[in-house]
Amino acid sequence: MSAVLIEARGLTKVYGKGSEGFTAVDGIDLQVRRGEAFGVLGANGAGKSSTMRMIACVSPVTAGSLRILGRDSATGGAEIRARLGVVPQDDTIDGELTVRENLLIYGRYFGLPWKVLRERSTRLLEFTRLGDKSDAAVATLSGGMRRRLTIARALINEPEIVLLDEPTTGLDPQARHLLWERLFQLKQDGVTLVLTTHYMDEAEQLCDRLVVMDAGRIAAAGSPAELIARYTTREVLELRFAREERQIMTDKCRGLAERVEELPHRLMLYTDDGEETLAAVNARGVRPQAALIRRSGLEDVFLSLTGRSLVD
Amino acid sequence: MHTLARAREAPAFRELGYWLFRYRRTWRGSIVISVANPLLFLTALGIGLGKLINRNHSEYLHVPYVTFILPGMLVAAVMQTAFLEASGPVMQAARPRGNYRAAAATPLAPTDILYGHLMYWALRAAQNAILFTGVSILFGAVSPYRAPFLVPIALLVALAFAIPAAAWSVTVTRPSRLSAVFRFVVLPLYMFSGTFFPIEQLPAWLWPVAWATPLWHGVDLARTVALGTATPPGTLVHITYLSGLAVIGLFAARRGYRRALHV
Repeated sequence: MSAVLIEARGLTKVYGKGSEGFTAVDGIDLQVRRGEAFGVLGANGAGKSSTMRMIACVSPVTAGSLRILGRDSATGGAEIRARLGVVPQDDTIDGELTVRENLLIYGRYFGLPWKVLRERSTRLLEFTRLGDKSDAAVATLSGGMRRRLTIARALINEPEIVLLDEPTTGLDPQARHLLWERLFQLKQDGVTLVLTTHYMDEAEQLCDRLVVMDAGRIAAAGSPAELIARYTTREVLELRFAREERQIMTDKCRGLAERVEELPHRLMLYTDDGEETLAAVNARGVRPQAALIRRSGLEDVFLSLTGRSLVD
Repeated sequence: MHTLARAREAPAFRELGYWLFRYRRTWRGSIVISVANPLLFLTALGIGLGKLINRNHSEYLHVPYVTFILPGMLVAAVMQTAFLEASGPVMQAARPRGNYRAAAATPLAPTDILYGHLMYWALRAAQNAILFTGVSILFGAVSPYRAPFLVPIALLVALAFAIPAAAWSVTVTRPSRLSAVFRFVVLPLYMFSGTFFPIEQLPAWLWPVAWATPLWHGVDLARTVALGTATPPGTLVHITYLSGLAVIGLFAARRGYRRALHV
């Protein structure tokens, strides 16, 4: 079960030529194994989408090697794409066709017979909870439904790998949870998932392994638990101060925790025991407006790796 | 049979299938337009304006005005449709949410997408040309024996315009640029390529300009064939010019589609 489906070595993407060239992906190595959910995390502009487009074989590799499903992406593009399912960031649903027609006509691109497509489209619309919408115009769908339709469409060729670029960006919490639940089901069914996201909770929910990208490079790789153990402490104490005393209070807190990060609105103290650190803070006469103790998460890993917060 | 069946499995046919699938929604309207368009033009220009011209200048044209303008009208109408079908829809399809992007994620290569769409333009042009010449035969504006030759000529003109238009449109992001070209290139061609009057009516210094325009070659080719005055050298020049445009356009379009869809 540990067959490697995607293997990149020194993968590089440069847009433009010569001195005007822009390096979006700067020599990354990664491996995705059969059946796992693999995440690519990073802020906007970190090189996630460029990486995904190269894996989707719609963007030529500038340097390095990329093998997908045992074929070289440079020469086997069509064969590879035949076995991939793609959920792009900009959904390419056809507004002039109905929900079901979108699945049928997309399936035709894979050379599948109409009979097979009719049967599969019914099944996939049920799977993505769009069964009662099959003859509806695409324009009547909500954002979450459109995204689920894109996922149903990506599954029409029964792909071995599904690529999802920012699958829940712009969706409300309820729509996100339904989508996660469907993606989790896909994973249970043995489909390999590769997804990019800048939501840490999404990565924690779905990914077995992930890489953190920053400025075109891989800053760290591992399972969510490994990354948290390696790059951050067990707990975090978050403090908020009134604007006028923020600097003084921040200075007073130095040295009280393993690591202290200053964010625009918060002070983060990384420690293995939040209660103990809060007591020490209080003992120094620091009186925050609000104090919160929580477990460390991927957000903290990202902060520690890049010195920046992902979303603010 | 086997090779035919295999050819129909070629990826480009899947893109053609997409455009035909969409066409199912608009085909009735488009056929009405294809028939109404020549009817209106032939009535207004052929009978209305034609009477006036025939009375005063019949010795100049040698043939009734309706017979003179019909091939020009056909070729100009086909050019206009070809440009419209290969500009706006191509730009839309190449946008981030467009059909080309969806198709590019499947086994289709950018050139398959181009060839599939190209076959659709060819089918639409053939359909228009057949309906147009059919109406013209009923009008008595063209000999029923020569009319069938007008269909492949119209098809050649359509491709000579559609392919370069697509090669350019796939690189365009602003719709205003397409309408500017339509207004300042396509419409003037329509008016000054000998469609409505012989270009000899223009000042002599403008003749070389008219000879250089692709539409004039299409109009003159269609007209000389329809009137039975075609000469082998003239016909060869026209066909070479129009085919050359289509072939150069094809090279540019293949490159343009690859660059636009596999970034």
